[in-house]
Amino acid sequence: MLEVKNLTKIYEGGVKALDNVSFTVEPGEFLAVIGLSGSGKSTLLRCINRLVEPTEGQILWDGVDVTAANQSEMRLIRRKIGMVFQHFNLVSRSQVLTNVLAGRLGYVNPALSIFNRFPKEDTEAAMRQLERVGIQDQAYKRADELSGGQQQRVGIARAMIQEPEMLLVDEPVASLDPVLAHTIMQYLETINEEDGVMVLCSLHFLDLVHRYADRAIALNDGIMMFDGPPKAIDDEKFKEIYGKEAERVG
Amino acid sequence: MKKKSSLTRSILIGLAVALVIIVYAYGFQVTKVNFEETRSEKRLEQLTRIIRALAHPEIIEYDQEEVFVEVPIYLPCPEGDIDYPEPDTSGPYLVLDPYCENAGEFIVVRGENFMPGNRGPINFIPPSGASLTMGSFEVDADGKFEERVQLPKRQPLEDAQIVRAIARQNVGAPYFTSVAGATFDKIIETIFLALLATTFGTIIAIPMSFMAARNLMSDVKSPLMSVSLMILGWLIGMALGFLATRYVRLLNDLLADNTLMMIGGLVLSVFVALLAIRWAVSTEEEEEGPGLGLRAARIMAMVIAALGFILATYLLADLLYLLGDYLTGKLGPFDFIGYFIEQTGAALNIVTPLLAALAGGAVFGGMLSQFGLVLSGLLSEGAAKVVNFLLAAITGAILLAIFGALVEWLYQIGNPVETFIIPAAIGFLLGGLLSLRVGPKDLLPIGSIIYTIMRTLLNAVRAIEPLIYVIIFVVWVGIGPFAGALALALHTIAALAKLYSEQVESISSGPLEAVTATGATRIQTIVYAVVPQIIPPYISFTMYRWDINVRMSTIIGFAGGGGIGFLLQQNIRLLDYRAAAVQMLAIAIVVASMDYISSALRKRFV
Repeated sequence: MLEVKNLTKIYEGGVKALDNVSFTVEPGEFLAVIGLSGSGKSTLLRCINRLVEPTEGQILWDGVDVTAANQSEMRLIRRKIGMVFQHFNLVSRSQVLTNVLAGRLGYVNPALSIFNRFPKEDTEAAMRQLERVGIQDQAYKRADELSGGQQQRVGIARAMIQEPEMLLVDEPVASLDPVLAHTIMQYLETINEEDGVMVLCSLHFLDLVHRYADRAIALNDGIMMFDGPPKAIDDEKFKEIYGKEAERVG
Repeated sequence: MKKKSSLTRSILIGLAVALVIIVYAYGFQVTKVNFEETRSEKRLEQLTRIIRALAHPEIIEYDQEEVFVEVPIYLPCPEGDIDYPEPDTSGPYLVLDPYCENAGEFIVVRGENFMPGNRGPINFIPPSGASLTMGSFEVDADGKFEERVQLPKRQPLEDAQIVRAIARQNVGAPYFTSVAGATFDKIIETIFLALLATTFGTIIAIPMSFMAARNLMSDVKSPLMSVSLMILGWLIGMALGFLATRYVRLLNDLLADNTLMMIGGLVLSVFVALLAIRWAVSTEEEEEGPGLGLRAARIMAMVIAALGFILATYLLADLLYLLGDYLTGKLGPFDFIGYFIEQTGAALNIVTPLLAALAGGAVFGGMLSQFGLVLSGLLSEGAAKVVNFLLAAITGAILLAIFGALVEWLYQIGNPVETFIIPAAIGFLLGGLLSLRVGPKDLLPIGSIIYTIMRTLLNAVRAIEPLIYVIIFVVWVGIGPFAGALALALHTIAALAKLYSEQVESISSGPLEAVTATGATRIQTIVYAVVPQIIPPYISFTMYRWDINVRMSTIIGFAGGGGIGFLLQQNIRLLDYRAAAVQMLAIAIVVASMDYISSALRKRFV
């Protein structure tokens, strides 16, 4: 179980990205984080694996205080948290396979990995993950030769080879067209349902939230506006989250 | 009101203009600008001579054949008829008009039947046999020439004297002058000097560039306990590494008499070291930390592996030296390979203690810093404060004592109170103060501190020209290309590390973030997220630097650094401009082609 308690993040320069945010996520839950651009969704996800250092508050994961972990403890926590990014964040000049294997870096021997030596099981596991997202034939291509949708699948494979217990997904489909968006979301759904991985996914489109999420939380200017099932977002709530001028589409 | 302000404005502008004029006027005086001199006839004549010499680089020459053609002449005309011999028209001959004349008068000398294109002087030969040049000729396409020359002013003489034309002719194929040969040797030396300086500079600049990149260093933060332990660990590790090499060296000397024993020792030590490493390093990190006994045994195995590698390196160095020594003089034109092997052995011998010290420092620094991190987490605030105070004070004392020793070495003060006790005490106090100032578990921006130190160091080293470094290296390793290579390498390290680090700072941060999120260590993050992104610009900058180094190495010889500059400077001093022209031409060709090659290669890689 993930417990976020009174999380606040103030960036240098005084921008308050998160303001006293608290919520919990049960194991195996698919939680959508919604809100406008700049509402603090990315910051929230990055605070959980401490890519962004929280200013105040506490994050407990299965009773372990993530916010108090030192560097080496943090590495052990991070390797159990997969992350998928809006812009895929692949190393574009590296092979697809290498990009996926990078997900094992928290597990392998640091000295050997510097010379690009991975255990045989890891290479096999990487191929299995690529197969799972249907791009095993692209394994030896350079990452930047792939299309956007394929790159995002590599990103998912990289996260999954970590054997994560939690997946942080930051706008996974915002750079993709609607058809691809559903394919990617379905992969995430499978991972959530078959592997029982907890998923925290920030999303723009409400229809995707309705279709895939068990629960949603909404942020507006760093303040949590909503916590409940996606169905409970009625017109009034919608205006609260997205502002008075916003109109529902679709 | 408005008018007044525009008046002040005008005055201010006037003053500014006056100031600018004064500045430039003073500049003219200081730089001794003298346009009068540029028009002086003597200067212009010299300039013309030098430019003409430069336009005739002494690259090729021919063997020459000389044909003497002579005809008698009377100064002045004798009384009565001249008994004048008919010229032999089968070969080249001269016709004078007239055949006698008073001294100092002009006559016309005609040549017939000469080889077209031949040229040479027309001389007057008195009975003494001396040769007085009256003019020169060049034969036209029909084998003829006609020159009007002035006879020398000599005492009248009854006997015939001689006019001689010396026809010079190139024979055989052209060949390169000795100047061209020497220039070729030196320009090759120059190119390789630049290549070596660039290569070694690059190798050292790469790791430094990571430490000088803000985006990699700014979030490296560590509690004081870990930082002080890391510094202590580095110092202890370096000392241990250095000591280890000394004792291993003794062991190595035991084997050094027998080549077979050396080879056996090399194979055995590598084998043992690899075995120990294989055992100590597990491929997958365990979930649970290993037990204390196993951990100790692993550390022992690592130590054995390290000692094994040091011994192997020494043995290899000695073997290479012996092999090189053996080969030198037996390989003919490939003798340089023997020399290279020998020098590699010698270099290995020199750098082993240095590398061992660095490796020891890195291992101990890393281990103790990790220990500090864990300890800092375990201790209570109060206990942490006490431990911090002690560690920081001791570290400060040691660091400043080392600084004191450096001052002692430089200035030879000879007073241990001033150069040891006082600095140590100040260091102790500073360290202690620091530990009181920061909270016991606060994270210090150690990365930013290293970044700042690194940048300052690089800027300082870069600011001094290689031409000045070479003066120091000439004292150390003697005049020659090696000194030049070292000087260029030093400057290359600083310049490239700066350029490289700016490239690291401009990489896209996404992959960095993604790899960090997988739980990778900092070094893994650099290898997997940074290195692939910076390879093209690094190659590009290295080529660019090689280009610069070739250009620099053409003049580094001016200060004793070998290469073509040495030759060029010599010839300029000897006023041998035709030889200097050859070197200038060679430099121009090499620099231009390097420029072309490097830009072509850069295009391919970026």
